[in-house]
Amino acid sequence: MNFLASIGRVFIAFLTTVGRLAIFAVDAIVTGLRPPYYPRQILRQMLEIGYYSLPVIGLTAIFTGAVLALQSYSGFSRFNANAESSIATVVILSITRELGPVLAGLMVAGRIGAAYAAEIGTMRVTEQIDALTTLSTSPQKYLVFPRLLAGVLMLPCLVVIADIIGVMGGYLVSIHKLGFTPGPYLTSTFEFLKRVDVVSGLTKAAAFGFIIALMGCYHGYHSKGGAQGVGAATTDAVVSASILILITNYFLTALFFGI
Amino acid sequence: MTPKIEIKDLHKSFGPKVVLDGISLVVEKGESLVVIGGSGTGKSVLIKCILGLLTPDSGSIKIDGEEVTTLRGKRREELMRKFGMLFQGGALFDSLTVWENITFAVRPQKNLTKAQARDLAIEKLKAVGLKPEVANLKPAELSGGMQKRVALARAICANPDIIFFDEPTTGLDPIMADVINELIIDCTRELGLTTLSITHDMASANKIANKIAMLHKGKIIWQGTPQEIHDTKNPYVDQFVHGRAHGPVTDEK
Repeated sequence: MNFLASIGRVFIAFLTTVGRLAIFAVDAIVTGLRPPYYPRQILRQMLEIGYYSLPVIGLTAIFTGAVLALQSYSGFSRFNANAESSIATVVILSITRELGPVLAGLMVAGRIGAAYAAEIGTMRVTEQIDALTTLSTSPQKYLVFPRLLAGVLMLPCLVVIADIIGVMGGYLVSIHKLGFTPGPYLTSTFEFLKRVDVVSGLTKAAAFGFIIALMGCYHGYHSKGGAQGVGAATTDAVVSASILILITNYFLTALFFGI
Repeated sequence: MTPKIEIKDLHKSFGPKVVLDGISLVVEKGESLVVIGGSGTGKSVLIKCILGLLTPDSGSIKIDGEEVTTLRGKRREELMRKFGMLFQGGALFDSLTVWENITFAVRPQKNLTKAQARDLAIEKLKAVGLKPEVANLKPAELSGGMQKRVALARAICANPDIIFFDEPTTGLDPIMADVINELIIDCTRELGLTTLSITHDMASANKIANKIAMLHKGKIIWQGTPQEIHDTKNPYVDQFVHGRAHGPVTDEK
Protein backbone atom coordinates (compact mmCIF):
# COMPACT_ATOMS: atom_id res chain seq x y z
CA MET A 1 0.00 0.00 0.00
CA ASN A 2 2.89 2.34 0.72
CA PHE A 3 4.00 2.02 -2.84
CA LEU A 4 0.57 3.00 -4.16
CA ALA A 5 0.40 5.86 -1.71
CA SER A 6 3.69 7.28 -2.91
CA ILE A 7 2.55 7.06 -6.55
CA GLY A 8 -0.62 8.85 -5.53
CA ARG A 9 1.32 11.54 -3.72
CA VAL A 10 3.51 12.22 -6.74
CA PHE A 11 0.48 12.33 -8.99
CA ILE A 12 -1.39 14.73 -6.69
CA ALA A 13 1.68 16.95 -6.40
CA PHE A 14 1.92 16.99 -10.19
CA LEU A 15 -1.74 17.94 -10.59
CA THR A 16 -1.40 20.64 -7.92
CA THR A 17 1.53 22.20 -9.79
CA VAL A 18 -0.32 22.07 -13.11
CA GLY A 19 -3.34 23.71 -11.49
CA ARG A 20 -1.24 26.43 -9.86
CA LEU A 21 0.53 27.13 -13.14
CA ALA A 22 -2.76 27.38 -15.00
CA ILE A 23 -4.23 29.76 -12.40
CA PHE A 24 -1.05 31.82 -12.45
CA ALA A 25 -1.08 32.11 -16.24
CA VAL A 26 -4.81 32.82 -16.56
CA ASP A 27 -4.65 35.37 -13.76
CA ALA A 28 -1.75 37.18 -15.44
CA ILE A 29 -3.46 37.24 -18.83
CA VAL A 30 -6.87 38.31 -17.52
CA THR A 31 -5.48 41.12 -15.34
CA GLY A 32 -2.97 42.06 -18.03
CA LEU A 33 -5.63 42.57 -20.69
CA ARG A 34 -7.43 45.15 -18.54
CA PRO A 35 -6.15 48.74 -18.44
CA PRO A 36 -3.97 50.41 -17.27
CA TYR A 37 -1.27 49.01 -19.55
CA TYR A 38 2.44 49.32 -19.11
CA PRO A 39 3.80 49.86 -22.65
CA ARG A 40 7.25 50.74 -21.35
CA GLN A 41 7.51 47.46 -19.52
CA ILE A 42 6.33 45.54 -22.59
CA LEU A 43 8.83 47.32 -24.86
CA ARG A 44 11.64 46.76 -22.39
CA GLN A 45 10.93 43.04 -22.24
CA MET A 46 10.57 42.78 -26.03
CA LEU A 47 13.96 44.42 -26.40
CA GLU A 48 15.42 42.12 -23.78
CA ILE A 49 14.12 38.91 -25.40
CA GLY A 50 14.25 39.95 -29.04
CA TYR A 51 17.13 42.27 -29.61
CA TYR A 52 19.61 41.13 -27.01
CA SER A 53 19.13 37.44 -27.89
CA LEU A 54 20.13 38.03 -31.52
CA PRO A 55 23.87 37.27 -31.18
CA VAL A 56 23.24 33.99 -29.37
CA ILE A 57 20.53 32.94 -31.79
CA GLY A 58 22.57 33.95 -34.83
CA LEU A 59 25.62 31.96 -33.74
CA THR A 60 23.53 28.92 -32.87
CA ALA A 61 21.71 29.05 -36.19
CA ILE A 62 24.69 29.53 -38.47
CA PHE A 63 26.65 26.64 -36.98
CA THR A 64 23.60 24.40 -36.90
CA GLY A 65 22.92 25.03 -40.58
CA ALA A 66 26.59 24.51 -41.40
CA VAL A 67 26.85 21.24 -39.51
CA LEU A 68 23.59 20.00 -41.04
CA ALA A 69 25.07 20.42 -44.53
CA LEU A 70 28.27 18.64 -43.52
CA GLN A 71 26.49 15.75 -41.81
CA SER A 72 23.96 15.18 -44.58
CA TYR A 73 26.73 15.25 -47.17
CA SER A 74 28.76 12.56 -45.43
CA GLY A 75 25.62 10.58 -44.55
CA PHE A 76 24.05 10.70 -48.02
CA SER A 77 27.29 9.78 -49.75
CA ARG A 78 26.96 6.31 -48.18
CA PHE A 79 23.92 5.44 -50.28
CA ASN A 80 24.62 7.64 -53.27
CA ALA A 81 21.65 9.89 -52.86
CA ASN A 82 21.55 12.88 -55.16
CA ALA A 83 23.60 14.94 -52.75
CA GLU A 84 23.17 18.45 -54.08
CA SER A 85 19.39 18.76 -54.12
CA SER A 86 18.70 16.57 -51.10
CA ILE A 87 21.15 18.42 -48.87
CA ALA A 88 19.52 21.74 -49.64
CA THR A 89 16.10 20.30 -48.83
CA VAL A 90 17.28 18.57 -45.68
CA VAL A 91 18.86 21.78 -44.40
CA ILE A 92 15.85 24.02 -44.93
CA LEU A 93 13.27 21.51 -43.72
CA SER A 94 15.22 20.63 -40.57
CA ILE A 95 15.87 24.25 -39.77
CA THR A 96 12.38 25.64 -40.31
CA ARG A 97 10.47 22.73 -38.85
CA GLU A 98 12.61 21.65 -35.94
CA LEU A 99 16.01 23.04 -35.24
CA GLY A 100 15.17 26.72 -35.62
CA PRO A 101 12.36 26.79 -33.03
CA VAL A 102 13.78 24.15 -30.69
CA LEU A 103 17.33 25.45 -30.53
CA ALA A 104 16.20 29.08 -30.34
CA GLY A 105 13.77 28.01 -27.61
CA LEU A 106 16.45 26.23 -25.61
CA MET A 107 18.94 29.09 -25.96
CA VAL A 108 16.36 31.68 -24.94
CA ALA A 109 15.25 29.42 -22.07
CA GLY A 110 18.80 29.58 -20.75
CA ARG A 111 19.14 33.28 -21.28
CA ILE A 112 15.72 34.70 -20.52
CA GLY A 113 14.14 32.04 -18.32
CA ALA A 114 17.06 32.35 -15.93
CA ALA A 115 17.06 36.15 -16.04
CA TYR A 116 13.30 36.34 -15.34
CA ALA A 117 13.44 33.87 -12.47
CA ALA A 118 16.42 35.63 -10.90
CA GLU A 119 14.98 39.14 -11.30
CA ILE A 120 11.47 38.34 -10.10
CA GLY A 121 12.82 36.01 -7.42
CA THR A 122 15.03 38.76 -6.03
CA MET A 123 12.06 41.12 -6.10
CA ARG A 124 10.09 38.53 -4.14
CA VAL A 125 12.68 37.95 -1.41
CA THR A 126 13.38 41.69 -1.00
CA GLU A 127 9.60 42.31 -0.68
CA GLN A 128 9.50 44.42 -3.86
CA ILE A 129 6.56 42.35 -5.12
CA ASP A 130 4.65 43.03 -1.88
CA ALA A 131 5.59 46.69 -2.29
CA LEU A 132 4.04 46.71 -5.78
CA THR A 133 0.77 45.45 -4.32
CA THR A 134 0.77 48.07 -1.58
CA LEU A 135 1.33 50.72 -4.26
CA SER A 136 -1.96 49.72 -5.95
CA THR A 137 -0.15 47.93 -8.77
CA SER A 138 -0.86 44.33 -9.65
CA PRO A 139 2.41 42.38 -9.94
CA GLN A 140 0.69 40.13 -12.49
CA LYS A 141 -0.06 43.11 -14.65
CA TYR A 142 3.21 44.96 -14.15
CA LEU A 143 5.71 42.09 -14.06
CA VAL A 144 4.22 38.90 -15.47
CA PHE A 145 2.00 39.97 -18.35
CA PRO A 146 4.60 42.11 -20.20
CA ARG A 147 7.04 39.21 -20.04
CA LEU A 148 4.52 36.64 -21.29
CA LEU A 149 3.52 38.94 -24.13
CA ALA A 150 7.13 39.65 -25.07
CA GLY A 151 7.88 35.92 -25.08
CA VAL A 152 4.95 35.06 -27.35
CA LEU A 153 5.65 37.92 -29.77
CA MET A 154 9.42 37.91 -29.93
CA LEU A 155 10.32 34.23 -30.17
CA PRO A 156 8.69 33.83 -33.62
CA CYS A 157 10.66 36.88 -34.79
CA LEU A 158 13.84 35.31 -33.50
CA VAL A 159 13.01 32.05 -35.23
CA VAL A 160 12.46 33.79 -38.59
CA ILE A 161 15.95 35.21 -38.23
CA ALA A 162 17.33 31.87 -37.06
CA ASP A 163 15.75 30.18 -40.12
CA ILE A 164 17.38 32.64 -42.50
CA ILE A 165 20.79 32.50 -40.86
CA GLY A 166 20.63 28.71 -40.52
CA VAL A 167 19.87 28.21 -44.21
CA MET A 168 22.66 30.63 -44.97
CA GLY A 169 25.05 28.56 -42.84
CA GLY A 170 24.14 25.46 -44.84
CA TYR A 171 24.54 27.39 -48.07
CA LEU A 172 28.01 28.68 -47.14
CA VAL A 173 29.31 25.20 -46.32
CA SER A 174 27.70 23.63 -49.39
CA ILE A 175 29.12 26.20 -51.79
CA HIS A 176 32.53 26.89 -50.30
CA LYS A 177 33.45 23.56 -48.75
CA LEU A 178 31.47 20.94 -50.64
CA GLY A 179 31.83 22.73 -53.97
CA PHE A 180 28.17 22.86 -55.05
CA THR A 181 26.99 25.47 -57.55
CA PRO A 182 25.02 28.34 -56.00
CA GLY A 183 22.13 28.57 -58.50
CA PRO A 184 20.85 24.99 -58.45
CA TYR A 185 21.47 24.76 -54.68
CA LEU A 186 19.23 27.76 -54.02
CA THR A 187 16.58 26.44 -56.40
CA SER A 188 16.42 23.09 -54.66
CA THR A 189 16.44 24.85 -51.28
CA PHE A 190 13.04 26.37 -51.96
CA GLU A 191 11.70 23.66 -54.27
CA PHE A 192 10.08 21.49 -51.62
CA LEU A 193 9.45 24.13 -48.96
CA LYS A 194 5.77 24.41 -48.05
CA ARG A 195 4.02 27.05 -46.05
CA VAL A 196 3.21 24.60 -43.27
CA ASP A 197 6.93 24.06 -42.60
CA VAL A 198 7.46 27.69 -41.70
CA VAL A 199 4.07 28.20 -40.05
CA SER A 200 4.47 25.17 -37.80
CA GLY A 201 7.94 26.37 -36.79
CA LEU A 202 6.66 29.83 -35.91
CA THR A 203 3.68 28.45 -33.99
CA LYS A 204 6.08 26.31 -32.02
CA ALA A 205 8.21 29.37 -31.36
CA ALA A 206 5.24 31.30 -29.97
CA ALA A 207 4.38 28.37 -27.70
CA PHE A 208 8.00 28.05 -26.55
CA GLY A 209 8.17 31.81 -25.87
CA PHE A 210 5.10 31.51 -23.67
CA ILE A 211 6.55 28.50 -21.83
CA ILE A 212 9.90 30.22 -21.21
CA ALA A 213 8.36 33.42 -19.88
CA LEU A 214 5.77 31.55 -17.80
CA MET A 215 8.37 29.27 -16.19
CA GLY A 216 10.71 32.17 -15.44
CA CYS A 217 7.95 34.28 -13.90
CA TYR A 218 6.26 31.43 -12.03
CA HIS A 219 9.40 30.10 -10.39
CA GLY A 220 10.68 33.58 -9.61
CA TYR A 221 7.33 34.64 -8.20
CA HIS A 222 7.18 31.68 -5.85
CA SER A 223 10.80 31.68 -4.75
CA LYS A 224 11.52 32.01 -1.07
CA GLY A 225 14.38 31.98 1.36
CA GLY A 226 16.94 34.46 0.10
CA ALA A 227 19.82 33.85 -2.28
CA GLN A 228 19.53 30.07 -2.15
CA GLY A 229 15.83 30.21 -2.99
CA VAL A 230 16.46 32.49 -5.95
CA GLY A 231 19.19 30.14 -7.18
CA ALA A 232 16.84 27.17 -6.95
CA ALA A 233 14.11 29.11 -8.73
CA THR A 234 16.49 29.96 -11.56
CA THR A 235 17.51 26.34 -12.01
CA ASP A 236 13.89 25.17 -11.88
CA ALA A 237 12.87 27.76 -14.45
CA VAL A 238 15.52 26.75 -16.99
CA VAL A 239 15.14 23.01 -16.48
CA SER A 240 11.34 22.98 -16.56
CA ALA A 241 11.22 25.32 -19.55
CA SER A 242 13.69 23.15 -21.50
CA ILE A 243 11.83 19.92 -20.74
CA LEU A 244 8.45 21.44 -21.53
CA ILE A 245 9.80 22.79 -24.81
CA LEU A 246 10.92 19.32 -25.88
CA ILE A 247 7.63 17.70 -24.84
CA THR A 248 5.48 20.39 -26.42
CA ASN A 249 7.59 20.16 -29.56
CA TYR A 250 6.65 16.51 -30.00
CA PHE A 251 2.94 17.11 -29.62
CA LEU A 252 2.88 20.18 -31.86
CA THR A 253 4.75 18.26 -34.55
CA ALA A 254 2.26 15.39 -34.32
CA LEU A 255 -0.58 17.90 -34.52
CA PHE A 256 0.76 19.80 -37.53
CA PHE A 257 1.84 16.89 -39.63
CA GLY A 258 -1.00 14.62 -38.60
CA ILE A 259 1.10 11.59 -37.80
CA MET B 1 -17.00 56.42 16.02
CA THR B 2 -15.95 53.45 13.91
CA PRO B 3 -12.39 52.43 14.61
CA LYS B 4 -9.90 52.78 11.75
CA ILE B 5 -8.78 49.16 12.00
CA GLU B 6 -10.74 46.49 13.81
CA ILE B 7 -9.43 42.94 13.92
CA LYS B 8 -11.48 40.14 15.43
CA ASP B 9 -10.35 36.62 16.22
CA LEU B 10 -7.83 36.41 13.37
CA HIS B 11 -6.31 33.00 12.67
CA LYS B 12 -3.54 32.09 10.27
CA SER B 13 -1.55 28.88 9.98
CA PHE B 14 1.13 27.71 7.60
CA GLY B 15 0.67 23.95 7.39
CA PRO B 16 0.74 22.62 10.95
CA LYS B 17 2.39 25.81 12.26
CA VAL B 18 -0.10 28.14 13.92
CA VAL B 19 1.16 31.70 13.54
CA LEU B 20 -1.82 33.85 14.47
CA ASP B 21 -4.06 32.22 17.06
CA GLY B 22 -7.06 34.46 17.58
CA ILE B 23 -5.83 38.05 17.39
CA SER B 24 -8.21 40.87 18.28
CA LEU B 25 -7.03 44.47 18.02
CA VAL B 26 -8.61 47.88 17.63
CA VAL B 27 -6.81 50.93 16.29
CA GLU B 28 -8.68 54.24 16.52
CA LYS B 29 -8.29 57.06 14.01
CA GLY B 30 -5.09 59.02 14.60
CA GLU B 31 -3.73 56.43 16.96
CA SER B 32 -0.24 54.98 16.72
CA LEU B 33 -0.22 51.34 17.71
CA VAL B 34 3.05 49.49 18.04
CA VAL B 35 3.00 45.70 18.14
CA ILE B 36 6.05 44.29 19.89
CA GLY B 37 7.16 40.70 20.17
CA GLY B 38 10.12 38.42 19.55
CA SER B 39 11.28 37.26 16.16
CA GLY B 40 8.97 34.72 14.59
CA THR B 41 5.92 35.54 16.69
CA GLY B 42 3.86 36.47 13.66
CA LYS B 43 4.17 40.24 13.66
CA SER B 44 4.88 40.46 9.93
CA VAL B 45 2.13 37.95 9.17
CA LEU B 46 -0.33 40.17 11.04
CA ILE B 47 0.54 43.20 8.90
CA LYS B 48 0.49 41.15 5.71
CA CYS B 49 -2.98 39.86 6.57
CA ILE B 50 -4.27 43.40 7.05
CA LEU B 51 -2.68 44.52 3.79
CA GLY B 52 -4.15 41.53 1.98
CA LEU B 53 -0.77 40.11 0.98
CA LEU B 54 -1.77 36.99 2.90
CA THR B 55 -5.28 35.59 3.28
CA PRO B 56 -6.21 34.77 6.89
CA ASP B 57 -7.75 31.36 7.61
CA SER B 58 -10.57 32.85 9.64
CA GLY B 59 -11.54 35.99 11.51
CA SER B 60 -12.46 39.47 10.42
CA ILE B 61 -10.52 42.61 9.51
CA LYS B 62 -12.47 45.84 9.16
CA ILE B 63 -11.03 49.06 7.78
CA ASP B 64 -13.31 52.05 8.45
CA GLY B 65 -16.02 49.54 9.30
CA GLU B 66 -15.73 47.70 5.98
CA GLU B 67 -14.88 44.00 5.97
CA VAL B 68 -11.76 43.64 3.80
CA THR B 69 -10.76 39.98 4.04
CA THR B 70 -13.11 39.13 1.17
CA LEU B 71 -12.21 42.07 -1.11
CA ARG B 72 -10.69 41.12 -4.46
CA GLY B 73 -9.48 42.73 -7.65
CA LYS B 74 -10.49 46.32 -8.31
CA ARG B 75 -12.03 46.90 -4.88
CA ARG B 76 -8.85 45.75 -3.20
CA GLU B 77 -6.73 48.01 -5.38
CA GLU B 78 -8.93 50.91 -4.28
CA LEU B 79 -8.55 49.91 -0.65
CA MET B 80 -4.78 49.82 -1.13
CA ARG B 81 -4.86 53.56 -1.80
CA LYS B 82 -5.74 54.07 1.86
CA PHE B 83 -2.58 52.23 2.86
CA GLY B 84 1.07 53.11 2.91
CA MET B 85 3.68 50.61 3.89
CA LEU B 86 7.30 50.95 4.91
CA PHE B 87 8.99 47.60 4.40
CA GLN B 88 11.78 46.35 6.60
CA GLY B 89 14.41 46.40 3.84
CA GLY B 90 12.85 49.42 2.14
CA ALA B 91 11.77 47.27 -0.85
CA LEU B 92 12.62 50.07 -3.28
CA PHE B 93 12.44 49.04 -6.95
CA ASP B 94 16.09 48.81 -7.92
CA SER B 95 15.45 49.22 -11.65
CA LEU B 96 13.88 52.66 -11.10
CA THR B 97 15.36 55.95 -9.89
CA VAL B 98 14.49 57.43 -6.52
CA TRP B 99 11.93 59.85 -7.91
CA GLU B 100 10.26 57.13 -9.98
CA ASN B 101 10.08 55.02 -6.85
CA ILE B 102 8.49 57.78 -4.77
CA THR B 103 5.84 58.65 -7.35
CA PHE B 104 5.26 55.06 -8.50
CA ALA B 105 1.65 54.85 -7.34
CA VAL B 106 0.72 58.53 -7.62
CA ARG B 107 1.86 59.23 -11.16
CA PRO B 108 -0.64 57.00 -12.98
CA GLN B 109 -3.43 57.89 -10.52
CA LYS B 110 -3.11 61.63 -11.03
CA ASN B 111 -1.75 61.53 -14.61
CA LEU B 112 1.29 63.57 -13.68
CA THR B 113 3.85 64.57 -16.29
CA LYS B 114 7.46 63.61 -15.75
CA ALA B 115 8.35 67.11 -14.51
CA GLN B 116 5.38 67.26 -12.14
CA ALA B 117 6.19 63.85 -10.73
CA ARG B 118 9.81 64.82 -10.18
CA ASP B 119 8.80 68.01 -8.38
CA LEU B 120 6.44 66.06 -6.16
CA ALA B 121 9.19 63.54 -5.39
CA ILE B 122 11.60 66.35 -4.48
CA GLU B 123 8.99 67.85 -2.17
CA LYS B 124 8.56 64.47 -0.45
CA LEU B 125 12.32 64.05 -0.25
CA LYS B 126 12.50 67.36 1.59
CA ALA B 127 9.86 66.11 4.03
CA VAL B 128 12.14 63.22 4.95
CA GLY B 129 15.23 65.42 5.12
CA LEU B 130 16.92 64.49 1.84
CA LYS B 131 18.38 66.77 -0.81
CA PRO B 132 16.83 67.13 -4.28
CA GLU B 133 19.97 65.65 -5.91
CA VAL B 134 19.03 62.26 -4.50
CA ALA B 135 16.03 62.13 -6.84
CA ASN B 136 18.04 60.98 -9.85
CA LEU B 137 20.01 58.25 -8.09
CA LYS B 138 19.24 54.55 -8.12
CA PRO B 139 18.37 52.92 -4.75
CA ALA B 140 21.60 50.85 -4.82
CA GLU B 141 23.60 54.09 -4.66
CA LEU B 142 22.05 55.07 -1.31
CA SER B 143 23.07 54.13 2.23
CA GLY B 144 20.74 52.05 4.39
CA GLY B 145 19.42 55.06 6.28
CA MET B 146 18.78 56.98 3.08
CA GLN B 147 16.97 54.00 1.56
CA LYS B 148 14.71 53.91 4.60
CA ARG B 149 13.98 57.62 4.18
CA VAL B 150 13.20 57.22 0.49
CA ALA B 151 10.95 54.27 1.33
CA LEU B 152 9.20 56.46 3.90
CA ALA B 153 8.78 59.20 1.29
CA ARG B 154 7.24 56.63 -1.06
CA ALA B 155 4.90 55.37 1.66
CA ILE B 156 3.55 58.86 2.43
CA CYS B 157 3.53 60.13 -1.17
CA ALA B 158 -0.03 59.07 -2.04
CA ASN B 159 -1.39 60.64 1.18
CA PRO B 160 -2.62 57.39 2.74
CA ASP B 161 -4.91 57.20 5.79
CA ILE B 162 -3.07 54.36 7.44
CA ILE B 163 0.64 53.65 7.37
CA PHE B 164 2.24 50.37 8.34
CA PHE B 165 5.83 50.22 9.51
CA ASP B 166 7.67 46.91 9.48
CA GLU B 167 10.67 47.20 11.82
CA PRO B 168 11.40 50.79 10.79
CA THR B 169 14.64 51.04 12.77
CA THR B 170 16.14 47.59 12.25
CA GLY B 171 19.63 47.66 10.80
CA LEU B 172 20.25 51.35 11.51
CA ASP B 173 22.65 52.91 13.97
CA PRO B 174 21.01 54.40 17.11
CA ILE B 175 21.22 57.96 15.84
CA MET B 176 19.78 57.18 12.43
CA ALA B 177 17.13 55.05 14.16
CA ASP B 178 16.09 58.08 16.20
CA VAL B 179 16.04 60.24 13.08
CA ILE B 180 13.66 57.76 11.45
CA ASN B 181 11.52 57.67 14.61
CA GLU B 182 11.20 61.45 14.54
CA LEU B 183 10.41 61.45 10.84
CA ILE B 184 7.69 58.89 11.45
CA ILE B 185 6.19 61.14 14.11
CA ASP B 186 6.50 64.24 11.91
CA CYS B 187 5.02 62.56 8.87
CA THR B 188 2.10 60.93 10.62
CA ARG B 189 1.01 62.60 13.82
CA GLU B 190 0.79 66.10 12.42
CA LEU B 191 -1.32 64.85 9.52
CA GLY B 192 -3.55 62.86 11.89
CA LEU B 193 -2.67 59.56 10.23
CA THR B 194 -3.26 56.21 11.81
CA THR B 195 -0.21 54.00 12.08
CA LEU B 196 0.44 50.39 12.92
CA SER B 197 4.06 49.46 13.46
CA ILE B 198 5.80 46.26 14.38
CA THR B 199 9.17 46.30 16.04
CA HIS B 200 11.32 44.66 18.65
CA ASP B 201 13.19 47.89 19.30
CA MET B 202 11.79 49.18 22.61
CA ALA B 203 13.35 52.63 22.24
CA SER B 204 11.51 53.03 18.96
CA ALA B 205 8.26 51.67 20.40
CA ASN B 206 8.42 54.10 23.35
CA LYS B 207 8.96 57.01 21.03
CA ILE B 208 6.40 56.46 18.30
CA ALA B 209 3.61 54.63 20.12
CA ASN B 210 0.62 55.91 21.97
CA LYS B 211 -0.51 52.33 22.42
CA ILE B 212 1.60 49.18 22.62
CA ALA B 213 0.45 45.59 22.21
CA MET B 214 2.60 42.56 22.83
CA LEU B 215 2.31 39.51 20.58
CA HIS B 216 3.38 36.15 21.95
CA LYS B 217 2.66 32.72 20.46
CA GLY B 218 0.09 34.14 18.08
CA LYS B 219 -1.91 35.94 20.76
CA ILE B 220 -2.04 39.49 22.06
CA ILE B 221 -1.01 39.01 25.68
CA TRP B 222 -0.84 42.63 26.80
CA GLN B 223 -2.01 46.08 25.69
CA GLY B 224 -1.37 49.47 27.21
CA THR B 225 0.34 52.83 26.91
CA PRO B 226 4.13 53.34 26.80
CA GLN B 227 3.95 54.62 30.40
CA GLU B 228 2.10 51.54 31.61
CA ILE B 229 4.49 49.10 29.94
CA HIS B 230 7.29 49.94 32.36
CA ASP B 231 5.14 49.41 35.45
CA THR B 232 3.38 46.27 34.28
CA LYS B 233 3.42 43.18 36.45
CA ASN B 234 3.04 40.95 33.38
CA PRO B 235 6.18 38.78 33.50
CA TYR B 236 6.27 38.24 29.70
CA VAL B 237 6.16 41.94 28.92
CA ASP B 238 8.62 42.68 31.68
CA GLN B 239 11.14 40.21 30.28
CA PHE B 240 10.78 41.63 26.77
CA VAL B 241 11.00 45.27 27.80
CA HIS B 242 14.14 44.66 29.79
CA GLY B 243 15.62 42.26 27.26
CA ARG B 244 16.45 39.38 29.59
CA ALA B 245 17.57 36.04 28.17
CA HIS B 246 15.74 34.13 30.89
CA GLY B 247 12.09 34.40 31.81
CA PRO B 248 8.64 33.12 30.87
CA VAL B 249 8.95 34.00 27.13
CA THR B 250 12.08 31.90 26.60
CA ASP B 251 11.31 29.16 29.13
CA GLU B 252 8.26 27.93 27.21
CA LYS B 253 10.11 27.28 23.97
